[in-house]
Amino acid sequence: MLAIYYGPVATMVVLSVAFAVVSLALAYLLRPVDMYEAKLLTYECGLIPWGEAWSRFFVRYYIIALIFVLFDIEVMFLIPWAVVYRKLSTAGGEIHLFPAVEMGIFLVILLLGLAYAWRKGDLEWA
Amino acid sequence: MSPIGLIATWLRALLTGWFRAWHIPAVFVDILAWIVGGVVILLMITLIALILIYVLRKVAAYIQGRIGPERVGPYGLFQTVMDALKLLQKEDIVPAGADKILHTLGPVVFFFVCTMGYLVIPWESQATIARQVDLNIGVLFLLAFSSLGVIGVLMGGWGSNNKWSLLGALRGAAQMISYEIPMLLALVCVVLMAGSLSLEVITEQQKALGLLSWNLWKPWLWLPMILFLITAAAEINVTPFDIPEAESELVAGYHTEYSGMKFALYFLAEFSNNFLVGLIFAVLFLGGWSSPFGHPDPLYLPEFLWLVGKAMVVVLFLMWVRWTLPRLRVDQLMALCWKLLLPAAFVSLVIVSIVGLYL
Repeated sequence: MLAIYYGPVATMVVLSVAFAVVSLALAYLLRPVDMYEAKLLTYECGLIPWGEAWSRFFVRYYIIALIFVLFDIEVMFLIPWAVVYRKLSTAGGEIHLFPAVEMGIFLVILLLGLAYAWRKGDLEWA
Repeated sequence: MSPIGLIATWLRALLTGWFRAWHIPAVFVDILAWIVGGVVILLMITLIALILIYVLRKVAAYIQGRIGPERVGPYGLFQTVMDALKLLQKEDIVPAGADKILHTLGPVVFFFVCTMGYLVIPWESQATIARQVDLNIGVLFLLAFSSLGVIGVLMGGWGSNNKWSLLGALRGAAQMISYEIPMLLALVCVVLMAGSLSLEVITEQQKALGLLSWNLWKPWLWLPMILFLITAAAEINVTPFDIPEAESELVAGYHTEYSGMKFALYFLAEFSNNFLVGLIFAVLFLGGWSSPFGHPDPLYLPEFLWLVGKAMVVVLFLMWVRWTLPRLRVDQLMALCWKLLLPAAFVSLVIVSIVGLYL
């Protein structure tokens, strides 16, 4: 049964990679090749490139990346909750606050973390 | 049933009959249908990208008081076709000292990611050639693949061994991962009201009264809607958020060192992403394939035309924004996301979950 749903997905994976590869191969057959040293230099405003690009580099946002991972996982919890939320909280014609309160506690704890990071200045691009 | 649906059903029945007569297992009908569907999607993406590039250039020209392409074909209609043919014949320059594998994989990965999203778009109320089954995890599927796009950008930027490319790619990575969170939360709001991840179900809920039953008119979804529009614009890197490219600062950002077909793949992917955002917005807030004049459609137009038309309106709106607003600075960009959009997304989640209790 799963094959009916994910068969198209698997086929699409193969086909889209094949499309990219075939178009690159087609270009490989059609294009001229006339390489010389100056053409192979990387573009650096017309000057001779100075040093490598692969050097020590200050990745400014690694803490933001860590916070991102937290929030991304949190949304993974939110999605199943969101799907069943209205069914759970209005089951039997009454309003139940349990799903809302439970997720509320979880979000408050998470937002405390965000507030801490904000206060510490980790959200600044500096 | 629409003409396309009829043709699809008829072809399928025909093939099933033939395959039975030839004693080929029925699975191969499915496999053939998947392949045809995939090819249709790929052709559609190429066509859409060609049209959108032309439209973008024309719109940009009119907004800036120019005429735009007009030489190749009537009204310059074949300009982008010629561009594509030209790019196919261009030399492929891999700079000396670049990582050849990453440099080639970058555009392939970026393109692959952007095509996957088209699998879950409900073009019509029943199965079509391009979408034979309704994946019930629609929204999740879209998000999962859209978040992979950043890998293609990073591969291209790092693999080029160019300082501009690296800067563009790293900024792009920061931007794309940051804006993903408000986008996810905005979509969670819509999912919460719909009670389903399936784009098909979300469309079905908006078809009853035509225009009036669209999610667009529900005040509690206005905040998620605005958030989605802003963050989606950031995810596809259009101008107020085109930090990864930023022509006037970073030459061309992550694709500075790209030429020929690899460059064309990046561009193809970028424009099909643009249209995908239009499609998603149309499905989530503008009623998808349903006619604005009520259900059933009093005009008897094919349903996918409505969807494509609505998506085009969204895309044109994004283009208008693109040529109106200046680019954000990179620190402003991150501040906007983390200090304004993220808290706003949580507020909208609270609003929607309260409204969801009583509606």
